[in-house]
Amino acid sequence: MQIHVKVNGVDYTHDVEPRMLLVHYLRDVVRLTGTHVGCDTSICGACTIHLNNQPTKSCTVFAVQADGCEITTVEGLAGEELHPLQEGFNEKHGLQCGFCTPGIIMTMADFLDHNENPSEEEIRHALKGHLCRCTGYHNIIKSVQYAADKKKQSTTQTQEVPV
Amino acid sequence: MVTVDFDYKKASTVEEALEALASREGKLLAGGYSLIPSMKLRLSQPEFLIDISSISSLKGIQEENGYIVIRAGTTHAEIHDNALIQENLSFFHKAASVIGDVQVRNRGTIGGSLAHADPAADWPALVLAADAVIDVVSRNGSRSINATDFFTGLFSTALEENELITAIRIPVPAEGTRTVYMKYEHPASRFAIVGCAIMRFPDGKTNIAFTGAAEYAFRDTAAEQALAGKALDGAAIEAAVNAALQGQDVSFMGDYYASAEYRQHLAKVYLKRALEAVV
Amino acid sequence: MSAPNGSNGDGRLIGKSIKRVEDKRFITGKGKYTDDIILHGQTYAHFVRSPYAHARILNVDTSEARNMPGVIAIYTGADVAALNGVPCGWQVNFKNGDTMKEPKHPLLVADKARHVGDAVAVVIAESRNQAKEAALAVMVDYEELPPIVNAAEAVKPNAPQVHDDAPNNTCFDWELGNPKEEVDQAMAAAAHVTTLEFINQRMVPNAIEPRCYNASYDETSEKYTLYTSTQNPHVIRLLMCAFVLGIPEHKVRVVGPDVGGGFGSKIFHYTEEALLTYLSKQVKRPIKWTSERTESFLTDAHGRDHISKAEMGFDQDGKVLALRVKTYANLGAYLSTFGPCVPTYLHGTLLQGLYTTPKINVDVTGVFTNTTPVDAYRGAGRPEATYLLERIFDLAALEMGVDPAELRFKNFIPPFDGVNEPGYQTQVALQYDSGNYHGVLEKGLEMLGYEDFRRQQKEAAHNGKLLGVGFSTYIEACGIAPSAVVGSLGARAGLFEVGQVRVQPTGKVSVFTGSHSHGQGHETTFAQVVADKLGIPMDDVDIIHGDSDTVAFGMGTYGSRSLAVGGSAIMRSIDKIVEKGKKIAAHKLEASADDIEFDHGKFTVKGTDKALSFGDIALTAYVPHVYPADLEPGLDFSSFYDPTNFTYPFGCHIAVVEVDKDTGAVTLKRFIAVDDVGNIINPMIVEGQIHGGIAQGVGQAMFEGAEYDEDGQLINASYMDYCMPRADDLPMFETAHQVTPCPHNPLGVKGAGEAGTIGSTPAVVNAVIDALWSGGHKVKDVRMPMTSERVWRAMQTSSSSY
Repeated sequence: MQIHVKVNGVDYTHDVEPRMLLVHYLRDVVRLTGTHVGCDTSICGACTIHLNNQPTKSCTVFAVQADGCEITTVEGLAGEELHPLQEGFNEKHGLQCGFCTPGIIMTMADFLDHNENPSEEEIRHALKGHLCRCTGYHNIIKSVQYAADKKKQSTTQTQEVPV
Repeated sequence: MVTVDFDYKKASTVEEALEALASREGKLLAGGYSLIPSMKLRLSQPEFLIDISSISSLKGIQEENGYIVIRAGTTHAEIHDNALIQENLSFFHKAASVIGDVQVRNRGTIGGSLAHADPAADWPALVLAADAVIDVVSRNGSRSINATDFFTGLFSTALEENELITAIRIPVPAEGTRTVYMKYEHPASRFAIVGCAIMRFPDGKTNIAFTGAAEYAFRDTAAEQALAGKALDGAAIEAAVNAALQGQDVSFMGDYYASAEYRQHLAKVYLKRALEAVV
Repeated sequence: MSAPNGSNGDGRLIGKSIKRVEDKRFITGKGKYTDDIILHGQTYAHFVRSPYAHARILNVDTSEARNMPGVIAIYTGADVAALNGVPCGWQVNFKNGDTMKEPKHPLLVADKARHVGDAVAVVIAESRNQAKEAALAVMVDYEELPPIVNAAEAVKPNAPQVHDDAPNNTCFDWELGNPKEEVDQAMAAAAHVTTLEFINQRMVPNAIEPRCYNASYDETSEKYTLYTSTQNPHVIRLLMCAFVLGIPEHKVRVVGPDVGGGFGSKIFHYTEEALLTYLSKQVKRPIKWTSERTESFLTDAHGRDHISKAEMGFDQDGKVLALRVKTYANLGAYLSTFGPCVPTYLHGTLLQGLYTTPKINVDVTGVFTNTTPVDAYRGAGRPEATYLLERIFDLAALEMGVDPAELRFKNFIPPFDGVNEPGYQTQVALQYDSGNYHGVLEKGLEMLGYEDFRRQQKEAAHNGKLLGVGFSTYIEACGIAPSAVVGSLGARAGLFEVGQVRVQPTGKVSVFTGSHSHGQGHETTFAQVVADKLGIPMDDVDIIHGDSDTVAFGMGTYGSRSLAVGGSAIMRSIDKIVEKGKKIAAHKLEASADDIEFDHGKFTVKGTDKALSFGDIALTAYVPHVYPADLEPGLDFSSFYDPTNFTYPFGCHIAVVEVDKDTGAVTLKRFIAVDDVGNIINPMIVEGQIHGGIAQGVGQAMFEGAEYDEDGQLINASYMDYCMPRADDLPMFETAHQVTPCPHNPLGVKGAGEAGTIGSTPAVVNAVIDALWSGGHKVKDVRMPMTSERVWRAMQTSSSSY
């Protein structure tokens, strides 16, 4: 079947088998390999991307379902500069092997867009769709908190700019 | 992991979906969070999938004719964020926040969950406790099924092969109605080991439903009767807890993680806590 | 990214929390894991695996599968029967001196399947999907045989036999320590004996990146390349070439690119690695295999799985007199690379713990069963030893009505630095390097606010709440390992490490290490060491690892050895660089080499301001116009470092839990870890290692465990069923460090990768037991993982059981 998707702002048209999972489409066809497969059962979250701006486990979506959709993967998250979360994960040592990291960053990017001032408990709850085997989550929490602070600062700075 | 090969059709209207469903053996695909994992494990091997996720008439939540109407294709996240739900059915709001994770909630739909009828899913307990009516349609016409008649066994429902759920209707609760949903979740799957949903009406009627404990979600009529017309004081709650799970026409489930005996124990603990919380 | 990387102020880098230089590729999705690699002409493999735990293979019919779309080739056990199996890297002997039973672990089984997931055939096809469809169409006739899964049952006379040549399923029986009679005698004289029979359950390592291999063969150069998700590419190359395939080592390149976690499970040489490498030449195309998650559950080596009985005897004053241990260690269906070493030399040797126990005897039977092979999982043997000792200490305290912290203080080995005081000789073969065990417990108690906690606990019990505290003061042996020592104990390899430091003409430095980073941050920590020692910016240092064609040799990363052994090898090379640099400087500055000092990147003639920079020396080494006549040009040194002893990190872990009286649910309220891992190069990375280790240890205590049914089916072989800790299951960890340097390696470091896992498990279980006792439930044990049902049941039955 032919599908048309926009990935990280770029349009793609491909013929795919209906059974091709979105994650395999992104990895094997579009060749964006930052999105990972960890568990096959919609648990680990390593395959999380934004499908029409919503965090979605791309291992549980067929590529044909995404026809006509906009997709953002971890490769498309940063603009000129790193996203505050990417910066936070580096600053606070929020990753070790890095395999689960792109998925977590994608979920948290959406989370911080909806929650400027999250508590530790809220961050932990929002991380429920992810497994990290390396960090014990401690520094992931700190990384998200760093990013939340950073986002707030930049909002404040923007507001302070005289019109 | 790869599923069997299948044909795929994206339906844009209910009629189109029903037509496709009548044309050959197939399965409806909504959010896909129940169906796709089971297809990947080859537990489900449909040859034809009809994608109903973009049918706009299956989306949204409105108040109509004394009912809160949740269209079947509404996602868990949309239910969670909906103001009408938050005002009238706070336990739906709560339940939606503890289904799986945010990614699951963004894709999974209430209709899909009910049709799948996982014995440990959350929504079955909620629709049972809320006296919901489940509207279904096929090419032969439409009908409404009371939630209490909907769940018939392990992963089985009163839905006919060619039927599609269009909406879940819940009578707008009278002012002063209180609701609670409490869940003890499996730490890996996040499904309910026991979930207890309670709707307590101002007239003293109390609806109690459990999920997770048995092969399908059920209303606990024995516990409800023990409470009928009584104030929810310590004695009444104790009586309800003692009566709970008695004479139910369901078989309780157990596995290596939580035995049937323990699930029944948990159900009573959660009933007590939920009743104390609903007061 | 803000850039604190580089010299700040004092110019020193060691000891600073430098941000990781490897992060950028991972946070932007540019990491390169094995499955990210697609080679020209790529084909895909899918395995046909036994659905039965124990079954004779009567016939394998591939006729239908061969004709399916995209199928290139299918191989069965019969096709590779002439090849060797994968080897075992450690030999353990029976008590009578006989060598262990070592049945062949074939690349594909031909005669019978010995565990669910045993590979019977492999399909190679044009696409992943085609390979899978064809694999599903391979028809195998099995004759089911009765399986055996429990190690203690497997040694009984009438148990099903996994291998014909291993009677009673016994791989070895082994003992260590003082003669049994002496221990029995000491035990008989004890005023109190605490006995604990327990299971240290089987764990599934579950690195989030599934195992993945991509093998190819180039006909013109006659060279194989294997990309593999491994912790030690050179070890894989050696084992595969010399022991399995008999192919020349110089014609094989093994690359471990970015690897998504290992935790031990990616140390071992797996059958799939050798098979795909071999077949890549047969099919003349690259072959890739990526494990599905359930396949990982069934075929990645598991960890732990001990059934033990431990007895500890105390005198009237609470001094330990003796320890007696009997363990049945489940090795699974075949010997994995280090399988026999884990329950023996990495477990029995740690049973001294931190205590002066004068008599110790440990007796271990290694057992074959119809289960997935068992090998090292984070900590490997040391968590099992620590669990045993620390559980028994807290239980003994409860039984004797004494304080568990006091009981430990009474029995600790006194402090020794290994320099002015000698190392501590244990009863179980090891000599500890340096330690201050009182210090970590004192610090832990202070962080906990011990007296306050006991008050709160009493109050809580009064109000019907169950609070508990659990202690674990652990020691581990890491920095693995002195080759001669491990050789005498059965290792079939040396355990040194290689570090090459290549100074480029412009003064930039490429470091080649045989260690491998799969999350540990070598690219940062090693660069910190090199930049600090050479007095150059970190940006001028690149750490290269994971490729057998670029790195001379290496033994890889496991056993918390990277910095202690791999870092020491690099230090040796740095010393050689500096020494040669001094000669070059002396020549140019017309001084004697003995008069040249090197500090902060400068070669200076002592007592003068005559100096040359590191860059000047580098350039001179490659442009040797003014140069000592007897000196070779170039500035590039390689060193092999073989440690003189293990290193012995230790620490104190304390868990605080609340138990829900009605449901048995356990909430981990606090977790305190005071670890002494010797000198610390990068505190941020060390803490990260500790955090992750704690989570895995807590996972074993509360959530995780492989569940086999009687048929040998692994019934929780998916992430839907196998519970691992999630973010909302854990608190923020409270960590602190004490520093007792390692006296025998140049950096004074001990190793931090496994400490968290080793220390944490018993602390959590002890805390639950303590909580239960506080409510009058005097139980000895709650089986791990402590599910709410198990804790609830303990409360139901306990009042009469003790």
